[in-house]
Order: sequence, then structure tokens, then C-alpha cells
Amino acid sequence: MPKLTVNGIEVEVEDGSTVLHACEEAGVEVPRFCYHDRLSIAGNCRMCLVDMERAPKPVASCAMPAGEGMVIRTDTDRVKKAREGVMEFLLINHPLDCPICDQGGECDLQDQAMGYGFDSSRYEENKRAVEDKHMGPLISTTMTRCIHCTRCVRFATEVAGVPELGAIGRGENMEITTYLEKTLASELSANVIDLCPVGALTSKPYAFTARPWELNKTESVDVMDAVGSNIRVDARGSQVMRVLPRLNEDVNEEWISDKTRYAIDGLRRQRLDRPFIRGRDGKLAPASWDEAFATIAAKLKKAKPNAVAAITGDQCDAESMFALKTLFDKLGSASIDCRQDGAKIGGVRAGYLFNSTIAGIDEADALLIIGSNPRIEAAVLNARIRRNWLATRMPVGIVGPEMDLTYDAEQLGDDAATLAAILDGKSKFAAKLKRAKKPMIIIGMGALARADGAAMLGQAREIAEAYGVVNGDWNGFNVLHTAAARVAGLDLGLTPGRGGLDVAAMYKAADAGKLDLVWLQAADEIDAARFEKTFTVYQGHHGDAGAHVADVILPGAAYTEKDGIYLNTEGRVQYAARAAFPPGEAREDWTIIRALAGHMGINLGFDSLAELREEMFELAPHFAEQDEVKAARWAKFGSKTKIASAPVATAHETFYMTCPVSRASETMGQCLMALQADAARDAAE
Amino acid sequence: MLKDEDRIFTNLYGWMDSGLKGAKARGDWDGTAKLIKLGHDEIVERVKASGLRGRGGAGFPTGLKWSFMPKEVGARPHYLVVNADESEPGTCKDRDIIRNEPHKLLEGCVLAGFAMRAHAAYIYIRGEFVNEARRLQAAIDEAYAAGLLGDNAAKSGWKFDIYLHRGAGAYICGEETALIESLEGKKGQPRLKPPFPAGAGLYGCPTTVNNVESIAVVPTILRRGADWFAGLGKDGNTGTKLFCISGHVNNPCNVEEEMGIPLRELIEKHAGGVRGGWDNLLAVIPGGSSTPLMPQAVCNTITMDFDALKEAGTGLGTAGVIVMDKSTDVVKAISRLSYFYKHESCGQCTPCREGTGWMWRMMERLVRGDAEIHEIDTLEQVTRQVEGHTICALGDAAAWPIQGLIKHFRPEIERRITAHRAAAAVEAAE
Repeated sequence: MPKLTVNGIEVEVEDGSTVLHACEEAGVEVPRFCYHDRLSIAGNCRMCLVDMERAPKPVASCAMPAGEGMVIRTDTDRVKKAREGVMEFLLINHPLDCPICDQGGECDLQDQAMGYGFDSSRYEENKRAVEDKHMGPLISTTMTRCIHCTRCVRFATEVAGVPELGAIGRGENMEITTYLEKTLASELSANVIDLCPVGALTSKPYAFTARPWELNKTESVDVMDAVGSNIRVDARGSQVMRVLPRLNEDVNEEWISDKTRYAIDGLRRQRLDRPFIRGRDGKLAPASWDEAFATIAAKLKKAKPNAVAAITGDQCDAESMFALKTLFDKLGSASIDCRQDGAKIGGVRAGYLFNSTIAGIDEADALLIIGSNPRIEAAVLNARIRRNWLATRMPVGIVGPEMDLTYDAEQLGDDAATLAAILDGKSKFAAKLKRAKKPMIIIGMGALARADGAAMLGQAREIAEAYGVVNGDWNGFNVLHTAAARVAGLDLGLTPGRGGLDVAAMYKAADAGKLDLVWLQAADEIDAARFEKTFTVYQGHHGDAGAHVADVILPGAAYTEKDGIYLNTEGRVQYAARAAFPPGEAREDWTIIRALAGHMGINLGFDSLAELREEMFELAPHFAEQDEVKAARWAKFGSKTKIASAPVATAHETFYMTCPVSRASETMGQCLMALQADAARDAAE
Repeated sequence: MLKDEDRIFTNLYGWMDSGLKGAKARGDWDGTAKLIKLGHDEIVERVKASGLRGRGGAGFPTGLKWSFMPKEVGARPHYLVVNADESEPGTCKDRDIIRNEPHKLLEGCVLAGFAMRAHAAYIYIRGEFVNEARRLQAAIDEAYAAGLLGDNAAKSGWKFDIYLHRGAGAYICGEETALIESLEGKKGQPRLKPPFPAGAGLYGCPTTVNNVESIAVVPTILRRGADWFAGLGKDGNTGTKLFCISGHVNNPCNVEEEMGIPLRELIEKHAGGVRGGWDNLLAVIPGGSSTPLMPQAVCNTITMDFDALKEAGTGLGTAGVIVMDKSTDVVKAISRLSYFYKHESCGQCTPCREGTGWMWRMMERLVRGDAEIHEIDTLEQVTRQVEGHTICALGDAAAWPIQGLIKHFRPEIERRITAHRAAAAVEAAE
């Protein structure tokens, strides 16, 4: 713990800190461009120069290790001159086209030029022009603005694990490029836009649509995967203009995936903005809320309780699921299921949580991945695994198809025999697990969402117990969900009760004509065609698979349009907030159910969101504890039945289109096409 | 003037056999094993005592540099890296050593490597030195064949290997950390210091990077004794030095001389004097292109050593003496050097990347006089904004020549500006 003085203020900093940290500790602001907390130190912008006692020249504070007794000054004339000098150099070849630059208003160069620069320009020569680079459908480049801080290069190579971004050329001809003009093949690529301190890399889909000061900023939570990335939703009027990451060290740090950021244009397309009823001609016709409720009520009154079923979708907030569950309880139906993919989980919490927590990945020293592709299913979480691997080269084994995870992972096999071999200790990977002090298992929906999922889960539990994956304080048994709503749904008991049907049973009942009504709450990842003959209520926000078979459509709100609670894959309770209003006559989902209940004369026990939450907290008290993870007690889960011989797959084939919102997103479509085009080009060469 | 018996590089001009046989006849590889018996620390001490200062430009005491290497070899091996990326304009001394005295360098590698507990040396040779690389590789092969390198180098019991690595012709790769990066197969860009190479250098292992000449003189120093070397030259600037005299002299040459020799004597004795006589001298760049030039008034009395030149506001650098007579367009000459530094800047850090281009463009206008008088001050300030603010010394190297020019030839620059303005006025009137 070295002690040093900064501008006469004595500070003590952690070992391994830099002078820059010490300055921050002392409350002294040091301007910088290239330095970033989460990237390696480059020290190339020279903006953070400070004076150090006995040093003949000013030193780059970002790269200078803090040492005992150092005397640092940032308020000397020499430092002021150095900053002005560097600032001037950065600006001489910068186009100063701020009025037409999307970074305007949130530009480090603008801000620091105001704070630390000259008041006028002495540069009389021509400015440098740099050809723009192609970086795919997300990143717009204006390379003339680039100040060569290499943050983007370091992010791509270090965090994202794609080396296709780099600098070529020397001196003033140095250029940042993707070398072969390819789309940056990373699910995290657009984070370079946030990292770019100038307007060289800006957002292509957002280009020229808004200025930062026009936007209403709402802190919320993402639902594109089960990581629960913390986001800020920027809206203008009723339109969500962009999504940015929000810092949460335990979840997404400060990254978000491209889907989280860019699927939002899907919120404007394919929207259900008024109720519909399917007429006698078999076509959906617009209707009023009252007509829709009347139609449903009539059906419900005639139906047998357990022949009324509900499936909730992957992006539902806890409140709407709770409201639906309450309604179904009142109707006397136990046929409710939040696992539209048919995952064989539920019951013992430790059997469906990411028990180690996401931050726990940093501590793991061996990892076994079963039936999951974290790069596709939880890109931000995968970056954390990569970071651990970079630092420790921990062994990673995969039971499932071959995949490129951006780190070395050994494909052990993809069938039941592979799992058995690990359990018996016959697999080579078993020894590595045995040696590890904090081994970790990540099991995904590729293994659990199949008929023998319970056996898979049981087998994984046995491996966990055999190899000390659960020992002392450490619980490295992790279920990686793909659905943002899943853990809340399971915690609230949205699984079939006594005599109730699960999703598979619902299909069978529907095929046999024994299902009177099925309620799809934003559930689109189902085999919708099998409900063709059943009276189907679709409550949701997008005209996707569910709406196609619906007899009544109740337009709901997407995740940016309602206050809601989500539990991520760890079981972390996070509150999303409304950033915009749902379109047209669409309403927040819990109010739709409350209104229908009212129509039918059923008392659900709540009239406001606050009352609903109170009821919900009674059932599940941990939902009240925002940003907390309630650890689960280890118990027996899964089954000991036989595992089928079918190879273990993963949940999603591709990253970009996995939910109603992202499927409606033009940007996501472009991403998919760009990658396919690059792949085709590679194949042709 | 240096006596013939005090010369280290007796075959500098290649008049004799540069092969192993010839080298041995001149005393190379003589009793190398015995020198190694002195022990690691004793060799370092003797080099320290000789007062040898690094011949690559910065003039850092060589023995002291070696002593920064860890005293014990830990988990990571030690490396010696020899900087043969001689690219400083006006400098061609290492080239002649490699051509004609390669065995001095190789024996030096064994002794220096042993002193710093390294079992391997990498010689990073400039890409353009095609024939020199061949010659050096031949010498290495010869030495291996004769058992002077390898598992039992020169029968000393010390395992020592030398690898020759060819660069691709970038000036910046002569900067020690950029050289290491390049040697590792990366883009040649200087590293941040600390950590210094002695702590974490090549592949993260303790490394010392030395100039060819610094290493090549070590065997002779050890054989003839530190006192002998320290007895030559001046206090703090001891020994002999290779000077490369080029430009407007009658007889451009490389010559080994005593440190501290007066510049005038050096030029007149060895280079046949300034073209058109001493009075025709305009200025001299004393230590390779990066050192500020000296006008004739300074040249009259200056001695060629680190401290005297530093006091005169310039430096000994690589001792590449560039002589310019009065026919020289001195502004154009410095502008050409600015172009060189702009071209060779690696582009990593801001002041150098942006500053070298700006300085060169201003210099080009000053050559024509197409500028305002106050822009001379702007240029001066820009050089100060670059100097001392960069990751490596290339920024300084780009700034110094211009500073020297403005310091000594400001009237000439102003004259051009005035003349240009007058000509423009006449043109406008017509």
C-alpha cells in the first residue's frame, strides 16, 4: 500500500495502482483519452502527463506505477503546457466537424479541449484525410476523426477476443482498420462505439437521429438474454432511440451485447397496437378491449379449469407473470408453464440458478460447459470467462457441438457417454476438474430443454458433487438461462401444479382437442401451429409466432414500456423502468389481466402495481431486494433416468435473432446477412 | 591523436582478413575462457571501471547498465540483445565493425552475455544491411564450427548461443524497446517504461540491449585492462570512439579516435579538412542527424565527447559527424531531416505522430520563406511541445535539429521570409 502525495494531498493506494489512480484517489482530475479501466495500458495519447518529483520529464500517469513517497503535481505550469500541447496536436488533424458529428455533446475530445486546450488554432497546413473503413452494419466510421488511442483495438483483441481490428501504417499515416474490410465478427462489437473517445466510431443505426441532450434517459434492465445487463434506455418522446450500457461490476461491467444495443429498432416494427379478434372468416379483425375481454370471458366461463392453459414467454416481467398466475389460480387451473422451451427445471432453486454468480467466474479455475454456447447465449458473460482464461489459462471443456468461444476450449464429445466418462473419471478432463480448487460447471438449455433434461441435470449434479464443484463457500454449479423471465417465473411457481399440464402436455391435449383455451403471454418460442385448433389468447407486443395462431390478441407492452422486475440467471433481482409508452391501445401487461379479471368479476387482490408487488413479495420476499442475489441451498435435483443418445446441442444456432423483438429488428437482420456474406466470401477464397 | 597501438579496431577498413583466422591473428578470441574465469560480477566491475559509455547515442555507462540485470537467474532466462539496427543518418560505424571486425562483436557477446548471466544473444541487424548480415552470419557459423559458440563457448564451460535477426528497415526499431517488440514479431513500437528491459524485456525476460560498438570493445578492454581504456580520453568520457565523418570534407571516412579530440583536428587530420578550407565551414552536426547542429564559431574549439558537446547544447550521439560547408542550404538540410523523422515516426503516441508532420510542413515553408516571422516562434514552441512528451526519444530526435537551426540560423530564416514577401509584393505590383 504505497503512500504518495498528489498536489500536496497525501493518499494511500492499493499495491499495483498507477499514479493516475492515486490522482483520482486524491480527487484530482487527470484528462485522458487512451486510458481505460478495463483495457490494457497503452500510454499513447500523452494527455495524462503529470509532474513527478526528480523526474526530468513529465510522466504518463496512466502507465507509471504508484511508488512509496512519490510526489506528484498536476497543477504546475509544465503540466498545463504539456496538456495544451497534446491537445493541440490531437486537434490539428481532427476535422473539427462537431456540428455534423454524432459524438457531439458526449465527446471526450470536445470536453477536454474546452477544459485543457488552447483557445485558438495555430495550424496553417492542410489537415489529414483518412479513408473510412467498413466495419459492418453497426459501426459507422469517420476515420479522419480518429485520434489513434487504440481503445477499439485493445477492446477487440482483449475483451471481445477477435483480432481483426488493428493499426497499420506508421507515423501520421497510421490507420485503424479491420485489415480486410470485414464486419467485426463479435457479439460485443458495438462497445467500441462507447469506447471511442471521439466521433471516429459512431453508431450506424442511430446515426443522425438525435442529440444526446434531447433524450430522456431511463435506467433499466435488458431482456435479450438472461444476463440482465444493466442498460440506459434513451428515448425521445415515445420512441426508444438507443440503448447504452450502465455500469454494474457484478453483471455486465460496462459492456452490452450488440443485440441488447441494437434489437430496439424491432420495437417499432410488427407491433400489436390494438386488440384483435379472429372473425368467422378466419381473419383477425381490430376490436375494442371490451369486445376482446367479452370473447375471452365467454370462452373461460364454458371451459373446464385444467383445460385452460397458459404459457409465459421469455421476456415477461415478474409482475405480469404473477398477475396471470393469480388469475389462473382463481380460475382453478394449474396448467401454467413459464418454460416454453420445455426445459426440465424447477423446484430446487440451486438446480436452476447460476449459483456462483457471474462475478464468481473470475474465481473459477476449471470450467465444464454442457449444452451451452455462452458466446451466443450470454455474450457479456462469455467475455468474463475469456478474461479469466487469458489470465489463468484455466482448462475449459465442452460437452456439445464444436464452437469458437474466443478462448481455447476442448470439445470432449457431445453425448451421454461423454458425461458418463467425466463422472467415472475416464475422461481426460476429469483429472483437470479434480485438480481444480474452484471448478465450475455451466449447463445450458441445450442440455436441459429436451425430453431427458431432468436426467441431464441429475448427471450434471452428480459430476458437481463428485468433483467438488460445490465445496464450502464455493458453489460452481451454474445453469445458464437464455430467457430473461425464466428464473422469476420459476421462483413464482409458474410450473404446472397438481393435475396441471406442462407445455408438452398442452401440445398433446391440443392435438387431442382436449384444450379449451391456451393463453400465450408473449410466448413465441413455441410450436405455435399445434395450437391452431385451440382457442388461443395472445397477450404480447409483437406479431410473431404466437399472434399468428391467436383468436384474440391483447396488445401488451415491451420491456422498455413498463416498470417490471426481472431476475437474471443468477437470481439477481433487478428493476426495469418504463422509458416510453406502449404504442396505440397497447397496455402494460399486468393491467390487461387485471382488467379482464374485473370484466369477469374476479378479484385478483390488487388494483395498482404497488399492491401487486406487495402481494408478490408475500409469495417471494426476495423479489423486494433490488440488486441482491439470494443464494440457493444445495439439495438433490434432477433425475437418475437414462439419457437419450441424441447429441447435446445448444439453445440458439445464431446470436442475432432469438426473440420477437430481435426478429422484428432490421438491424439484427443486417448483422446476420453481413456475417453470412463475409463467410461466403471466405469460403469462395 | 590516438596511437596505433591503442587502436581497438585494427581491421576497421577491411585491409586484412575479416575471417576467424585473421581475427585470431589480431588477438580476438585470445584467452576468452580465462576472461570468463573472472566471474560475472568482476567483468561488470571492470567494464564499469573502464568508464565505457554506451556507443548507441545516449551515452549511458555500459557497466552500470549491465549491473541492473538481476544477480540471480530466476524462472526467466536472461538475454543479451545487440542493437545492429544502425539507421541514424550520418552514422556508419557499426556497419564497418560487422563487415570487417565481426569476431570482436561475437567475442564481446560471449563476454557481455556471460557477465549478465545470459546464455543467448540476439543480434538485431538492420534490414538494409544485406551483405553485412551475410558476413556476420558467416562469422557466427565459423565461430560455432570452431567451438567458440555453443554448449561450451570458447571452452569456458559457459553455454552461449548467438542468433542473428534481420529487421525490415525501420528507424524506430533501433529504439531498444521497439527493437524488442520487433524481435518478438510484433509491430515495432516502443514500449512504456517502466518496466525497463532489465526487468522485463525480450519475451518478458531480463534483457540488456547494447549497441554493436559498445559490445565489440569489451574484449579489448578486458584484455588490456580497464585502466588502459580509462586512461584514454577525458574524465567521464574515456576510451576510443569510432567517428563517421561525412558531408563536405575532402575525405569522408570512419576513424577510431580518442574521446575528446578537438573537432577541427578530427576533420583536418582524418577527413582531409573541410572542402574549400576551414573558413568555408558553415556548420557541423556532431552526432548523427538528431543532434542539434553547431555553427562554425562553436566548431572552432569544441572537443568531441559527451559532456563538452552537451554543454554546447548538442550531443555526441552516435558520433556521426556531418559537415556542411557554406554552399549548403542549411534550412533545406534540416527540413530534409524533419522529413526523415516524420517518415520514421511509428505513430503510436500523439506528440510525435502529429508533431513530426507539422514540423516538417512548417520547415518546408521556411525553406521557401513562405511564412510569417512569428511562425518561427510557433515552430520553436511546437518542437518544445514534442520534446520530452513522447514514449521514446524519437520525438526529441525530431525536435532537436530544428531547435539547433533556429538557435543558430534564425537570421537566415528571417531573411528568406523577408525576401519571399518582397518578391510576392513585386509580383503583386506587376
